[in-house]
Amino acid sequence: MAGALLEINGLTKRFGGFLALNQVSIAVKPGERFGLIGPNGSGKTTLINCVSGSLPVDGGRITFEGRDITAMPAHRRTRLGIVRSFQIPKPFTSMTVLANLGIPLENAAHGRGADGADAMQILETIGLANKAHLRPAGLTQIEMRKLELARAMAARPKLLISDEAMAGLSSAEVDDILAILFRLNEQGITIIMIEHIMRAVMRFSERIVVLDAGERIAEGTPDEIVRNPAVEKAYLGE
Amino acid sequence: MGRTVPALLVGLAVVAAGMVLVLVRVNPYFYFAGYVILQYVVIATAWNILGGYGGYVNFGTPAFFALGAYTAVVLIRSLKAPLPVLIVAGGLVAALLGLGIGYLTLRLRGVFFSIATLALSVVLQTIIMNWEYVGGSRGLSILRPSGPPFGNYGVFLFTVMLGLAVVAVLMARFIERSWIGRGLAALRDNEEAAECMGVPTLRLKLFATTVSGFLLGVAGAPFPYYVTFIEPNSAFALDYAVNALAMPMIGGTTSWIGPVIGAVLLGTAQQVAIVTISSELNLLLVGVVLVGFVVVAPEGILGLVRRLRTR
Repeated sequence: MAGALLEINGLTKRFGGFLALNQVSIAVKPGERFGLIGPNGSGKTTLINCVSGSLPVDGGRITFEGRDITAMPAHRRTRLGIVRSFQIPKPFTSMTVLANLGIPLENAAHGRGADGADAMQILETIGLANKAHLRPAGLTQIEMRKLELARAMAARPKLLISDEAMAGLSSAEVDDILAILFRLNEQGITIIMIEHIMRAVMRFSERIVVLDAGERIAEGTPDEIVRNPAVEKAYLGE
Repeated sequence: MGRTVPALLVGLAVVAAGMVLVLVRVNPYFYFAGYVILQYVVIATAWNILGGYGGYVNFGTPAFFALGAYTAVVLIRSLKAPLPVLIVAGGLVAALLGLGIGYLTLRLRGVFFSIATLALSVVLQTIIMNWEYVGGSRGLSILRPSGPPFGNYGVFLFTVMLGLAVVAVLMARFIERSWIGRGLAALRDNEEAAECMGVPTLRLKLFATTVSGFLLGVAGAPFPYYVTFIEPNSAFALDYAVNALAMPMIGGTTSWIGPVIGAVLLGTAQQVAIVTISSELNLLLVGVVLVGFVVVAPEGILGLVRRLRTR
């Protein structure tokens, strides 16, 4: 696709004899809110690991802003602007919340020389400012998810990949996180949302791709996806 | 950075104090014991750059220390090289070994990395034991050069080791407060998250293993002149592996001062125990103290102090 921000072409990933991703192709446009769904084990997180550089790929090509990043180490992809959050929060436990944000600010953010003020500003927009000097161990589940997003924001992403940021949260908390993601998108950040909470992903996404058993089985607007018989079959069986 | 100059001044003051100590004539045994304690300050500080800051536990300290010592032996035998050359060369050779184990971290993490470093020590000791040129398993007598710059040679070596300890501690302190130290802390907490937040984890790990290896080699390079008889069992002694790990753990691994505190306390206690009780008992002492600390103060003396302050 011309003008795509992220383009994944024929991506294949094997774990031993298990084919986790089979010739998956996806293109994400700049500024888009993109949903990625699929049953458990369908390859969503594997795909994200390949895009972020945590896993090497066995075939295919990934380009970002027209640049081939297939073999680029993860930290350099982050510096280019591909930033992910983790499904299970992985905070830097020995540091305060504020210092957690200092790591991406110092290592990844475009335009170095970032200081504590930048980190504090991000914490304020996300609603964690009053926890800035706590260790992550003192945070609640929702605060931990917010820290995960705040830390990703501190890397100044162009493309934010949110890996199940809402799993296990209450309905009000889901709305809270959704509002944050909408706000980020309005600031021009492209967002890929991986989510099991259908209410959230359907409301958020402009376009959705469905994975099942490592293959792309559907693509469309939320309405089209809901009415797609193949998707229904993947989730509910025959 | 504003506190680097005072730190340098403190370092210089320590060296000056050592010089004064040299001028005042005290029992030569104190220099002998003091050298060992200072050597442990270097070793504990070096170990902590990788193990404390980066979270990669190295059980192979004796390999790096002995590599520094045996590099010196080769240079003494072949070239009669002066002490500064021995120290730099010993450090560089051990740094190369450090770079090597840095690449191991690509595949081995956690306990598997530790086991590999332990094996490294065994392999290297076996090689040295079968290398006749450096004395093999029988060992080799080393003649100290005559006429040290000041005092007798023991006093001179003590002063040199004091200087090396100051350099090592200043290096550790500088690393800790730079982006490198913060990046190492991030990868210690969670390596995958650190890499995804833009931290060049491989480069930082290679840096840490190389610098740590360098300083361990530096600590070992004057060793042949210190003992004047070198043989594999003393150069590859288990003491180095245990103390390198125990001293930072007892002092506190997250700050440069932790290993210094641990080395001075534990090193002094060991020296006292060697004189007053028995030379074999000192490792038992380390074991007991370490178990005590792991149970009572898992973050070392620094963690204990911090906890008492916030209470």
